[in-house]
Amino acid sequence: MSAPLLSAEGLTLRFGRVPALLGVSLDLFPGEVLAIVGESGSGKTTLLRVLSGQAAPQEGRVLYRGQDIAAMGEAALRRLLRSEWGYVHQNPRDGLRMSVSAGGNVGERLMAAGVRHYGRIRAAAREWLARVEIDPARMDDLPGTFSGGMQQRLQIARTLVTHPALVFMDEPTGGLDVSVQARLLDLIRGLVADLGLSVLLVTHDIAAARLLAGRILVMRRGEVVEQGLTERVLEDPQHPYTQLLVSSVLAA
Amino acid sequence: MTGAAEWRLRVEALDKTFTLHLQGGLRIPVLRGESLVVHAGECVALSGPSGAGKSTLLRCLAGTYGAGGGRILVRDPAGAVTDLAAADARTVAALRRNVIGYVSQFLRVIPRVPALDIVAEPMIARGMPKEAAREAAAVLMRRLNLPDRLHRLPPATFSGGEQQRVNLARGFGAGHPILLLDEPTASLDAGNRAVVIGLIAEAKARGAAIVGIFHDAEVRDAVADRHHPIRPLPDAA
Amino acid sequence: MSGVPGFSYAYLDEGTKRMLRRTLLKAVAIPGYQVPFGAREMPLPYGWGTGGIQVTAAIIGPSDVLKVIDQGSDDTTNAVSIRRFFRRVAGVATTERTTEATIIQTRHRIPETPLREGQILVYQVPMPEPLFRLEPRLAETRRLHALADYGLMQVRLYEDIVRHGAIATAYNHPVMVDGRYLMSPSPIPAFDNPKMHRMPALQLFGAGREKRIYAVPPYTDVVSLDFEDHPFRPIRAPHACALCGAADSYLDEVLTDDSGGRIFVCSDTDYCATRQAARQAAE
Repeated sequence: MSAPLLSAEGLTLRFGRVPALLGVSLDLFPGEVLAIVGESGSGKTTLLRVLSGQAAPQEGRVLYRGQDIAAMGEAALRRLLRSEWGYVHQNPRDGLRMSVSAGGNVGERLMAAGVRHYGRIRAAAREWLARVEIDPARMDDLPGTFSGGMQQRLQIARTLVTHPALVFMDEPTGGLDVSVQARLLDLIRGLVADLGLSVLLVTHDIAAARLLAGRILVMRRGEVVEQGLTERVLEDPQHPYTQLLVSSVLAA
Repeated sequence: MTGAAEWRLRVEALDKTFTLHLQGGLRIPVLRGESLVVHAGECVALSGPSGAGKSTLLRCLAGTYGAGGGRILVRDPAGAVTDLAAADARTVAALRRNVIGYVSQFLRVIPRVPALDIVAEPMIARGMPKEAAREAAAVLMRRLNLPDRLHRLPPATFSGGEQQRVNLARGFGAGHPILLLDEPTASLDAGNRAVVIGLIAEAKARGAAIVGIFHDAEVRDAVADRHHPIRPLPDAA
Repeated sequence: MSGVPGFSYAYLDEGTKRMLRRTLLKAVAIPGYQVPFGAREMPLPYGWGTGGIQVTAAIIGPSDVLKVIDQGSDDTTNAVSIRRFFRRVAGVATTERTTEATIIQTRHRIPETPLREGQILVYQVPMPEPLFRLEPRLAETRRLHALADYGLMQVRLYEDIVRHGAIATAYNHPVMVDGRYLMSPSPIPAFDNPKMHRMPALQLFGAGREKRIYAVPPYTDVVSLDFEDHPFRPIRAPHACALCGAADSYLDEVLTDDSGGRIFVCSDTDYCATRQAARQAAE
């Protein structure tokens, strides 16, 4: 089988005496969606920040295509973050430029990559807005005039326009109404399959993980307590914490 | 079944115990020392009283449940043998994509995805071009009396029987070398039962190894080459 | 006052001038890069050219000839005051003629007469950071410069075209210097931007309030940002100067009466006067 796209080895990070990550290791393979689940405070978001190079671990290392990201230098890491990588924030306002039109938001990564043709940037923005089910006629509107679900879809379009290989998603459906969540999850599911994306999905939503992820990793207090095939972890959970997590959700 | 057919699935001394941590660590042993061999072109019906562990065995074979002990050897058409009980998640995922097809009792509905795409998905995952897969899916759905007007709709609003037929089309479409069927005809009328009997016969004819739970005696008698009894274990104290 | 014991030449003490010259050398060595410096209090308010005056004071010598313009004009209060200041504290000659000057301190214009080798153009800069409207965090703008991460600036130009149908920056249109640093040309009209490109004279920029100095050495590439299909165009009013008839100079609109009468005249007063004198001489 192919080599992992992203690997973490023994990541440990403590804030004061509080461990946010304790010896976390994982592999993400090309075209794979890996969900990281757990309650708030379990270290999921910290893990995502460390894996994407936005925070440094005290121990352990992160390898992207076999290369230690700590040794890459900030310039190379930033280049990755705006081209081969994408980061979808829970709050779309953290991932969008609210004073820039929807089309400008989608075009920014293209412009950062050196595209200098206004017409081509417009065409790409139009295509991506349609792909995330936003009427391209709204291309020149500010994101503040969009609903929460539309803003999140705009953030996804803005992230995917450069065809990243790896996308980090932090609770992408977190702040949305349930009816809007389903649509967004389905949209993400389709895009991931069509583009062959590798995704690290942080979520506390078991249903989202079941729908999107092939594998799942359960975190509690900074540690990975269980991991495996999504269906098996959810149908046949072994760790007491996973059983609690699954039973609390599926009871509904 | 021909005597020369090679085995596809070999279960050796399989144990499965559930530990319920939320109930004070209560241990429920379900399978102990279970062994079973299934050859290409053979259909084995699991039998035994309700609660004996038939579905548990099927789910262990599907990789949905992890095995507690023993081996589940899977031989793919190229001859490579993998122990499903010891395989890592990605190997299990690859086996489920390419070798093991599983028809569960109930369709897990995915919001907004049309029935046709649900049926075509395993075929695409096995490498069939998208349009060809959709075409094949439509043919299979018509055969299971799912009219074309339903193909473009998400099955969330379908009746139980319609959902089950979508599930069957999804399970049979990709032509997996191993098929696991959990009460495939439970909510079907006589006409559709006959269609499913036909599908199982065709799968056997192309060399699929099939393990199934069939409550319907008529279906069981029509498709099963032999029975494999599962005996309930006494509850652990 | 110069030469008087107890007073430093050109107002600033020698230590300050040394610090400024070190800063200027660094700025020249890294074209377009904003070098921080310890700006001093000057005898005029921020926004009146404290940065430009400090730069001029650090480089001026007794044999220099100083010209000062404000929006192209030599005779505004500010230009007159700064010229008088340097006559007093540095004992230099001053001029209104672009060709005679060795140092030209300017606010918001580049003279129409092409500058030559050996001349120095000193810009008064109110806001040196080209990204400041787009990225409010200064530490982050520094990081963006360090990484040459300028997509954001391009986004602003994109938004201009979306809203106005064209790149609408009439002033302070951002430039790339030597293919590396994004630079604010100080608020000169976009019309003047092409003059910066490969200019034979040395260009120095001083921002007193923001405490930054940057520079463009002679013959350095200075390219205005644009799009391939929306190229940068220097804009001027589509008229000829009402006084000298120039059709190639940057024009100011001047109201002539209370009933909407207006004329267009050269913003560069020296350029206009020189052309008028030549015309009269020819008649």
